[in-house]
Amino acid sequence: MLTRRFFLRGAAAVGCSAAAAPLVTPVTLLAAPWEQRLVVIILRGAMDGIDALRPLGDPAYAGLRPTLAAEAATGLDNFWALHPALDPILPLWQAGELAFAPAVSTPYRDKRSHFDGQALLEAGTGTDLAPGQARDGWLNRMLGAIPGTTAETAYAIGQDGLLVLAGQAGVLRWSPEARLTLSPQSRLLIEHMYHDDVLFRDAGGQAMTIADAVAGEDDMAGAGAGPAVPLAAFAAERLKEETRIAAFSIAGWDTHRDQARVLPRALTQLARAIVTLRDGLGPVWERTAVLAMTEFGRTARENGTGGTDHGTGGTLFAAGGAIRGGRVIGRWPGLAEADLYAGRDVMPTADVRAVAGWAMRGLFGLDRGLIEATVFPGLDLGSDPGLVA
Amino acid sequence: MSASPRLAAVRLGFGPSRGGEAEGAEAMLAALAGPDVDAARWPVGDFATALANARAHREAQRAHRAGTEGAGEALRAAQRARREEMDGILAHRLARAAAGQPFRERLAWFWADHFTVRPREPRMRAGVAAYADAAIRPHLGGRFADMLKAAALHPMMLLYLDQAESVGPNSRQGLRRGRGLNENLAREVLELHTLGVEAGYTQADVRGLARLFTGLSFTAETGFRFAPGRAEPGGDKVLGRVYGSGREARLEDILDALEDIAARPETARHLGWKLATHFVADTPDTGLVDHLAEAYRAGGGALRPVYAALAEHPATWASPGAKVRQPLEFLACAFRALGADPLGLAGLRARDRARLTFAALAAMGQPFEDPTGPDGWPEAAGRWITPHGLAARIDWAMTAPPRLLEAAARPDPRALVEAVLGPEASEATRMAAGAAETEWEGVGLVLASPEFNRR
Repeated sequence: MLTRRFFLRGAAAVGCSAAAAPLVTPVTLLAAPWEQRLVVIILRGAMDGIDALRPLGDPAYAGLRPTLAAEAATGLDNFWALHPALDPILPLWQAGELAFAPAVSTPYRDKRSHFDGQALLEAGTGTDLAPGQARDGWLNRMLGAIPGTTAETAYAIGQDGLLVLAGQAGVLRWSPEARLTLSPQSRLLIEHMYHDDVLFRDAGGQAMTIADAVAGEDDMAGAGAGPAVPLAAFAAERLKEETRIAAFSIAGWDTHRDQARVLPRALTQLARAIVTLRDGLGPVWERTAVLAMTEFGRTARENGTGGTDHGTGGTLFAAGGAIRGGRVIGRWPGLAEADLYAGRDVMPTADVRAVAGWAMRGLFGLDRGLIEATVFPGLDLGSDPGLVA
Repeated sequence: MSASPRLAAVRLGFGPSRGGEAEGAEAMLAALAGPDVDAARWPVGDFATALANARAHREAQRAHRAGTEGAGEALRAAQRARREEMDGILAHRLARAAAGQPFRERLAWFWADHFTVRPREPRMRAGVAAYADAAIRPHLGGRFADMLKAAALHPMMLLYLDQAESVGPNSRQGLRRGRGLNENLAREVLELHTLGVEAGYTQADVRGLARLFTGLSFTAETGFRFAPGRAEPGGDKVLGRVYGSGREARLEDILDALEDIAARPETARHLGWKLATHFVADTPDTGLVDHLAEAYRAGGGALRPVYAALAEHPATWASPGAKVRQPLEFLACAFRALGADPLGLAGLRARDRARLTFAALAAMGQPFEDPTGPDGWPEAAGRWITPHGLAARIDWAMTAPPRLLEAAARPDPRALVEAVLGPEASEATRMAAGAAETEWEGVGLVLASPEFNRR
């Protein structure tokens, strides 16, 4: 017969591990240190920034994109135009809740591997550490540096690993399609079996706690609208409660060919995710910033197969009521032959980490030194692009 | 060899079977010299058939959209055929894993993942298994270079990594139609399939290989075909050597380049690291990696000496349970442990079948034959044992066994622990198997235990 003894032994052994705590106690809903919300969306596969946000006013653009630029785009001003698949977020631009940072990148250069590029983007480190060596992500280090955060403060959502939120600080991880119903006795026995295996104990404990917390919610909200919408809907549900930071990813950006047909699918997912967040958050949207970023951009020229290959400078999307939007920020390098990186890619003019760093400073009041030393070690933040109101 | 048959079955196979039988590392490796009987017994189709079925489905869809009479019925029949095709592939893959050559099967899964392909459109999903059988399986016990060539030239790979569309800008077709290069396959061959990203190749090598690769093509009728009219003329420099010349482009130059790249020490090291990472530990012992790389070099790229090196190295057996079984392995191991026949899935209602197979795998984080990118499935234990992934495993363990076995065939959970986990079972798992409220729950707890989910 299993007794309460197992729980007590569990409590003693778990000690200070925040991630393991849910196994033995319900999540403690301490007040989070801030009211602002941050959502980070990792766009896996390298979004073609200059097809999503088109520099129509750049004299070289039409020549580099003979077929891709042929399709009509929605003008934002006399220089920039938005890919038509992004029309659902046009109202945000008009409301001043959508901004873009074109020509940004991580310090990653030249080898143009998706996997290394994503590893560096999520680690938020410089090139002193080989890609793939980092064991934690910049959002997690930020959480670790702030007193008063709990596991509930941050949610990594979806099936993929999300290095950006991995690390020492406790975070919750869940995917909206997950289910877990167990008889009380089986649950007890599983907790007992998992007790001495820390990987299973932490994951199992979180699973049972979250399954309890979300029981009865409309957990398949947005099913059928594509893979990103249920993730965004789940994020919005949690962010309305105690959660302050959520991250998920959207794949499908690696448009080596037939980009005119393939890219709209991914852009539609991104647009729907942003709209789902806004609608789901209701009044909380006013205090929310959504940052969507990708590992690198793509070649300035179309390739031989109606697509684009791996490049360097990419584009960051920023949306939310906390964003000073209706603007394209940063310096546009131009697309003339001499202005391209290595004669082929959009030249980065800002570090994507600096954009994220200033956003976190604006949202959470983080100390500049903390960002430059801990969150993005070794980064010079430079001057404030004023992305957050 | 310093491993018990049970440990060998866990690390190199799909664990002991329901009765606790395990054949040992030596026998598992020796089986590679014999015929591949399981592939023939449980076929998964071929590329031409997958392509023909996909086309039939597309035609049926077109006819339906055009409002042709009777097209609705034809479309439903084509959709049913596609579902049955995928049901059959999954059941046959599980049946192979439950059969007598588990190490061959593990290798087939490993190398197919190393050379990941995905279908360009969902209706070509059946092509993935066909590709693995045609390009990967014949070379499991052969030379890596031969596997590399077969994978790189297979239509599924040419489609997936866009090589089928890449045209030399100065080739006859490139000049006539104004089309050009696509560097996707060339980059992944160097980064993922051979040298590894840490090797010292450059963007110029990627471009050189992409130019050299032009001409790799296929037709529905012939399968692979070399199309000189799309091949970029002139020699192409890759890793310091020039392949081809001013004369007509030749397939032989491409095969020579692949042969050379396969023989490089960076490739030996990369493959040694991948094998050790998959079979032994997420962060493998460097001595083991060196040992595998050396066996690869000494054997001239032959793979069986590398497997022998894996089996003889003490590090291979030093950390049992360090790896987590991937979801499809978990399913295969569960069928094997339960003594359930995967072909019995055909007897379930379609909805139940999908829930216990495709939907379950997706919820565990491994949608069937559908990884996110060309780097295949992750290896790190923490990528699989997430709250949601583990919830899906527990859910499967607690609900699937009664649907896969007749009540009379239900194992006694206490006996199951001993047969399948044996000395590796923790006290807690032994206790849980006996303390469950029902025998089915006890069986489920054994399958949900950390020991069963590790290898």
